[in-house]
Amino acid sequence: MITLIFSIAAYIAVWAINRTIANSPDRDDRAARIFVPVMLGLASLYLWEGLVTGLGVSPVILPAPSDIATTFAASTGILWQDFVQTVLKGALTGYVMGCGAAFLIAILIDRSSFLTRGLLPIGNFVAALPIVGIAPILVSWFGFDWHSKAAVVVVMVFFPVLVNTVQGLRETDAMQRDLMRTYAAGYMQTLLKLRLPAAMPFIFNGLKIASTLALIGAIVAEYFGSPTRGMGFRISTGVGSLSIDLVWAEIVVAAIVGTLLYGSVSWIEKAVTFWHPSQRR
Amino acid sequence: MKNAFPVLVVLAAIVGLWYLAVAPMNIRTALDQAERAGAVIQPEGGRARLEVSVWRLMATNSEHISAGYDLERPRLPTPAQVGRELWKTTGEMALRGKAMSKRSLIYHASVTLKSTLWGFLLGTFLGIAGAVAIVHSRVMDMSVMPWAIISQTIPIVALAPMIIVLSSQLGIEDRGVPKAIISAYLCYFPVLVGMVKGLRAPSSSQLDLLRTYSASQWETFVKLRLPASVPYLFTSLKIGIASALVGTIVGELPTGAISGLGARILIGDQFGTPLAIWAALFAAAMLAGILVTLLDFAQRITLKRMGLEA
Repeated sequence: MITLIFSIAAYIAVWAINRTIANSPDRDDRAARIFVPVMLGLASLYLWEGLVTGLGVSPVILPAPSDIATTFAASTGILWQDFVQTVLKGALTGYVMGCGAAFLIAILIDRSSFLTRGLLPIGNFVAALPIVGIAPILVSWFGFDWHSKAAVVVVMVFFPVLVNTVQGLRETDAMQRDLMRTYAAGYMQTLLKLRLPAAMPFIFNGLKIASTLALIGAIVAEYFGSPTRGMGFRISTGVGSLSIDLVWAEIVVAAIVGTLLYGSVSWIEKAVTFWHPSQRR
Repeated sequence: MKNAFPVLVVLAAIVGLWYLAVAPMNIRTALDQAERAGAVIQPEGGRARLEVSVWRLMATNSEHISAGYDLERPRLPTPAQVGRELWKTTGEMALRGKAMSKRSLIYHASVTLKSTLWGFLLGTFLGIAGAVAIVHSRVMDMSVMPWAIISQTIPIVALAPMIIVLSSQLGIEDRGVPKAIISAYLCYFPVLVGMVKGLRAPSSSQLDLLRTYSASQWETFVKLRLPASVPYLFTSLKIGIASALVGTIVGELPTGAISGLGARILIGDQFGTPLAIWAALFAAAMLAGILVTLLDFAQRITLKRMGLEA
C-alpha cells in the first residue's frame, strides 16, 4: 500500500517539476526537451508498479514492470532468437524489398502522365485499406517460414511508399524544370539533381509510415502459422499458456525495435533533407 | 473527372493481369484434381510434379489450364469467383431476407462497423482533447507529444492479445470493447497531429487582433482556433477512420473472434476456404471506401457552408 501512495505522490511531483521546467525560460534547451518526457515515462512506469503491487493485481492479468524486466533479463536467448526471426528475416527483408520495388516502379510510372493519373487514385485508395487481411493467403502461398512474413510486409509497405514517391516526383514547379532545360540537362540529370532531391521529404514520409507497418505485418503473419520461434508466435502462444510476463517482454522488444526503426529513418531523413524548411532550426 | 479514363484503364489492366496469374497459380491444384478424376497427366503424381516448374506443366498439360479457373478451393480465385462469392453472401442473402444471418457478410460487416465507429468516436475524442490540451498547455506539449509519437511506433498487433486478455479478466463481456480500444489506439494519432496543426494554424497577427478585442482564451478558441482547424480536422478524420477499420480487423484476427470481417478471414483460413477470405477482404475494402467517401462528402458540405471551398 505504501508503494502505491508513494508512486502516486511521485507522479504528481514529476508533473509539478515538468510544469516548472516548461514555464521556465530554459524550456527550449535540448536537455529540458529530453528530460521532461523521460521523467514522465519513468513516473508512469513507477505508477504502474505501484498500482500492481499496491492493489495486489495478479501477475496473470498485468505483471509489474519489475517482473517484466526480470523475465526480460532471464530470457534474452529466446527474445534474441525471436528478434532475428521476425525483425531481421521477416520485417527488414520485406521492408527493403517493398520500399525498393515501390521506389523503382514510382520512377517508371512517373515517365507517363497517363499512368500517374491512373495509378495515384488507386494507390491512395489501396494504401487506406486493411491490407493485413491478406496475411493468411500469403502464408498459404509462401509457407510458414519467414518468406511469407516478408511477402506480407512487401505488400503492406508497397503502396504508401509508391504513392508518396509519385507525389514527391511531381513536386518541382515549372520554373525549376525550365531552369534545368536552359542548362540543357537531360532526363537523368534533371531526375538526379532536381526531382529526386525535391521528392525526398515525401519519400521519407512514406518510408516512416512503412516502418511501423512493416513490424505490424511481420507479427500478424506469424499468428497464421510460423515455425516455433518469432515474436508473433511467442505472443500468441504466451497468451494461451498464461506466461504473460514473457508476452510483455516481447512487447517491450517490439516497442524498442519500432522506435529504433522509426528513429533511424527520421535520422537519415534529417541528414538527407537538411535543406527543407521543416528541418531548419 | 478527367482522371476517370486513366483510372479505368489501369483497373482493367490489373484485372487482366489477375486473370493471367490465375493459370500458373492454380495449375498444380487443377492437375491434382484432374488426375484424381482419372485423366492422364505428365508427369504422373503430385510429388513428381513439384520438381517441374509451373510453366512446363502448363505447356505439357495445356488442356487442363481452363480447369484452374473453376476450382472450388483455388490458391488464387478469379475476380469473377470472388464477385460471385461476395454476391452470394451479401446481395442474395439480403434478397432472401437473411441479411443478418450468421453466414451473411452484411452481418459480419455490421459487427466490424460497430467496433470501428466506437473506436473512431473514442479515438477522435481523445485526439481532439489531447490537441486542445497540447495547444494550451506547454507542459502537455513537452511531456505528452513525444510519447504520442512513440506510441505509434509500437506495433499494436503485439499489444492486441493483451488488451483482449485484460478486458476479459476485468469482466468486460462484450467482445466489441477490446476491438474498439485497439481501433481507437490507431485512430487517435492522426487526429491529434492534424488538430494540433489546425489549432496552431491562425497567424500571430490574427491572434493579436483578438487580443486587441480583449478576447478571453475561451473566446479565441471558439471564434478563431476552432474554425481555423476544421479543414485539418476533416483531412485527419479521413485517415483516422481508415486506421480505425484497420485496428478493428487487426483486433479480430489474432483473437479467435467469431463474428466480424477479420473473424471471417480467420475462419476461412482455418477451414481452408480461400473464397471466403477473398470475399471478406473485398467487403472490408468496400467498407473502407464507403466510410472515407462519406467523410469526404461531409467535408465538402461543411467547408462549402463555411465559405472555405477548396
